[in-house]
Amino acid sequence: MSAATNETSLTGADIVLKALRDQGVEVIFGYPGGAVLPIYDALFQQNDIRHILVRHEQAALHAAEGYARSTGKVGVVLVTSGPGATNAVTGLADALMDSIPIVCLSGQVATHLIGNDAFQECDTTGITRPCTKHNYLVKDVNNLARTLHEAFYVAKNGRPGPVVIDIPKDVQFAEGAYRSPADSMPKSYRPQVKPDLNRVEEAIDLLAKAKRPIFYVGGGVINAGPVASQLLTQFVRMTGYPCTTTLMGLGAYPASDRQWLGMLGMHGTYEANLAMHGCDVMVCIGARFDDRVTGKVSEFSPNSVKIHVDIDPSSINKNVRVDVPIIGDAAHVLEDMIRIWKARGKQPDKAALAEWWEQIEFWRARDCLRYDKTPKIIKPQYALERLRAAISGRDDVYITTEVGQHQMWAAQFLPFDKPNHWMTSGGLGTMGYGLPAAIGAQVAHPDALCIDVAGEASILMNIQEMATALQYRLPVKVFILNNQYMGMVRQWQELLHGGRYSESYSEALPDFVKLADAFGGVGLRATEVSQVDDVIAEMIKVKRPVIVDMCVDQKENCFPMIPGGRAHNEMLLGPDEKVENATPEDGMVLV
Amino acid sequence: MTARPSPFASTAIERHTISILVDNEPGVLARVIGLFSGRGYNIESLTVAEVDRDATLSRVTIVTSGTPMIIEQIKAQLGRLVPVHRVHDLTLEGPFVERETALVKVAGTGEKRVEALRLADVFKARVVDATITSFVFEITGQGEELDRFIGLMAELGLVGVSRTGVVAMSRGPGGI
Ligand SMILES: Cc1cc2nc3c(=O)[nH]c(=O)nc-3n(C[C@H](O)[C@H](O)[C@H](O)COP(=O)(O)OP(=O)(O)OC[C@H]3O[C@@H](n4cnc5c(N)ncnc54)[C@H](O)[C@@H]3O)c2cc1C
Ligand SMILES: Cc1ncc(C[n+]2csc(CCOP(=O)(O)OP(=O)(O)O)c2C)c(N)n1
Ligand SMILES: [Mg+2]
Repeated sequence: MSAATNETSLTGADIVLKALRDQGVEVIFGYPGGAVLPIYDALFQQNDIRHILVRHEQAALHAAEGYARSTGKVGVVLVTSGPGATNAVTGLADALMDSIPIVCLSGQVATHLIGNDAFQECDTTGITRPCTKHNYLVKDVNNLARTLHEAFYVAKNGRPGPVVIDIPKDVQFAEGAYRSPADSMPKSYRPQVKPDLNRVEEAIDLLAKAKRPIFYVGGGVINAGPVASQLLTQFVRMTGYPCTTTLMGLGAYPASDRQWLGMLGMHGTYEANLAMHGCDVMVCIGARFDDRVTGKVSEFSPNSVKIHVDIDPSSINKNVRVDVPIIGDAAHVLEDMIRIWKARGKQPDKAALAEWWEQIEFWRARDCLRYDKTPKIIKPQYALERLRAAISGRDDVYITTEVGQHQMWAAQFLPFDKPNHWMTSGGLGTMGYGLPAAIGAQVAHPDALCIDVAGEASILMNIQEMATALQYRLPVKVFILNNQYMGMVRQWQELLHGGRYSESYSEALPDFVKLADAFGGVGLRATEVSQVDDVIAEMIKVKRPVIVDMCVDQKENCFPMIPGGRAHNEMLLGPDEKVENATPEDGMVLV
Repeated sequence: MTARPSPFASTAIERHTISILVDNEPGVLARVIGLFSGRGYNIESLTVAEVDRDATLSRVTIVTSGTPMIIEQIKAQLGRLVPVHRVHDLTLEGPFVERETALVKVAGTGEKRVEALRLADVFKARVVDATITSFVFEITGQGEELDRFIGLMAELGLVGVSRTGVVAMSRGPGGI
């Protein structure tokens, strides 16, 4: 530590800004209020850090998530006390579930008022404890710099996640010493990134002997940085084995590659799910055996030896028992796997592999994403296929989504060949995520094409962010697949609740074209197939925020689907397949 | 290809004593307790106190129960709390001693009072307060021993009990 940095006495607010600069922060997403005025004042008097004023604190979090996921950096948020902090909670929970690195600063009432039910007071650290990776209340300005640096370390190291720092207003005014990042390492938190090599050897032996192997890859590979995706692609190609990815892992392996089987899980492909069910060696890398992926756990991939690579020991043996746990960072482990595979001169069992691929191609030939083409009515899948055609070949496209059927169709129909270009709320499933996330991605990549594939219900949850897009000239595109239903809810009601569509129809929707106009953006609409291509072309051409109202078939359902409580081999492939004997009792209670 | 037999295959409920070393900072106990309540794990006993003033470290001793897979999950979840330095499963790591102290108040006169005192002697409980009509006994030992003593006192004018919860440490010269 240099004595000079230590001696400078700064106000708490200036310490915040200096620490952010030292952490390389270029932009923060926030919303002001009484308890953060000193920080806003310090922000006003400098030019290094850009502030994006959102229209709701929840959106600040999602925007920071979009920024973080599309850049690999930590997303930074600033909110006021009380309602500012409580509005942030959904976004924090979202970032925790999806392992997104976020540092969220919140204002707090002055230290001597804490606990007195002061104006705009809430117990922010109490409320956010279960929805953050870690949180802090800083009561002494001399701990502020260290805490800020530690927060960044915790947010991005190990399994990433959101960290809250609650800063009372008097601490923002008080003067204290600054400390450098190097001088602020946490005392106890040192996640393991390098694997136990004996385990890796064991995994490589099993993999080389496999007759029906599969790679099951998740968001952890995206968390591990683009190099992890490159190593994964290299290793998968070296082995010639099939690879499937989770919703969060899309882009970790190129979607255009023959060895990719598509997404697995509840709305995953027939070939991916059957390959998971029938494999003899599964290597899971940075995925967490989520219930949306495993289906009925007791029948999940019943005959396989399971290898699990994860940086978080608590992900291992949580839902599914595994045989070879490997704790470490995906990039490190993949590097070791490739090295050991080569060093031991491993070769896949060619004959067995050929047979396995023959089986997989047979499943693939079912063409499970097929849908009925209609001459006039726009099928949502068709709209996305046309979008895919319009963006193909571009590598500057970032896709975000809201939550529902449109999200699943986007995952199934859009092409993700690279990591960090796909942002969706997987774990929490937060409607309202997509538009602010697209804004965050657009802030990070001003010239890119950022598209929020939306549902007409979800988009209304953070529609106010159109104003943010306008203010900062962020040309985000909101591509609404408007079926006038909470389609995903309607689909479950149709399949599991006797077609009683309780409260899932939107009786009153805004005119989205006029709404775009009212915000100062551009509104476009397509109501029949013949208009789809023109609307998409226009959306891409216009360099301003656009809302597309794509009026699609109201009754379309998303297939394949594994109903709750069913196993991978009990998939429904289309509307003609009914849930046999309804879903079992224990399945009905599942979400 | 067949899977190796897994140590987590058993569905039997086991009782484990877990010892963790944590930074003694505000909220750390809330984190530990919140983890148990939020994820639905059992707490049979939880004790906490500072054990190293200079390093501001506290030791938390938790007695919990669950299947081997749940116990493993509890330890992994504890391990990823930022202020947690070390997690030790004393039950798995070899022989250890486990102690608990209780204060037991008994009121009565005559034959019952004499019998209470006699039993206290048998259980090596100390008298830490006495009036003409009451005693407070202090007893230290294994949980079951305390249970038995308290059970007997119930017949002899038990007024109230205060227990510390379990503290534990591995046997031998090694740390924790
Ligand atoms: C309506 C809806 C439907 C859905 N349907 C599906 C579906 O059909 N299929 C599907 O897959 N998902 C689906 N999901 C998403 C699902 O809920 C989960 O979010 C998702 O499956 C989890 O992805 P993951 O396993 O890749 O884990 P993530 O949530 O991305 O977790 C990452 C894992 O990797 C680990 N990790 C982090 N960093 C590293 C690193 N550097 N190195 C190694 N490991 C690391 C973490 O510890 C964690 O275990 C759906 C969601 C919604 C809202
Ligand atoms: C904040 C929030 N509330 C409720 C839900 C439950 N939910 C999941 S999908 C869905 C319907 C979404 O409708 P829409 O945005 O129109 O998408 P569609 O399924 O029609 O494509 C609802 C209500 C949720 N995921 N998030
Ligand atoms: Mg809809």
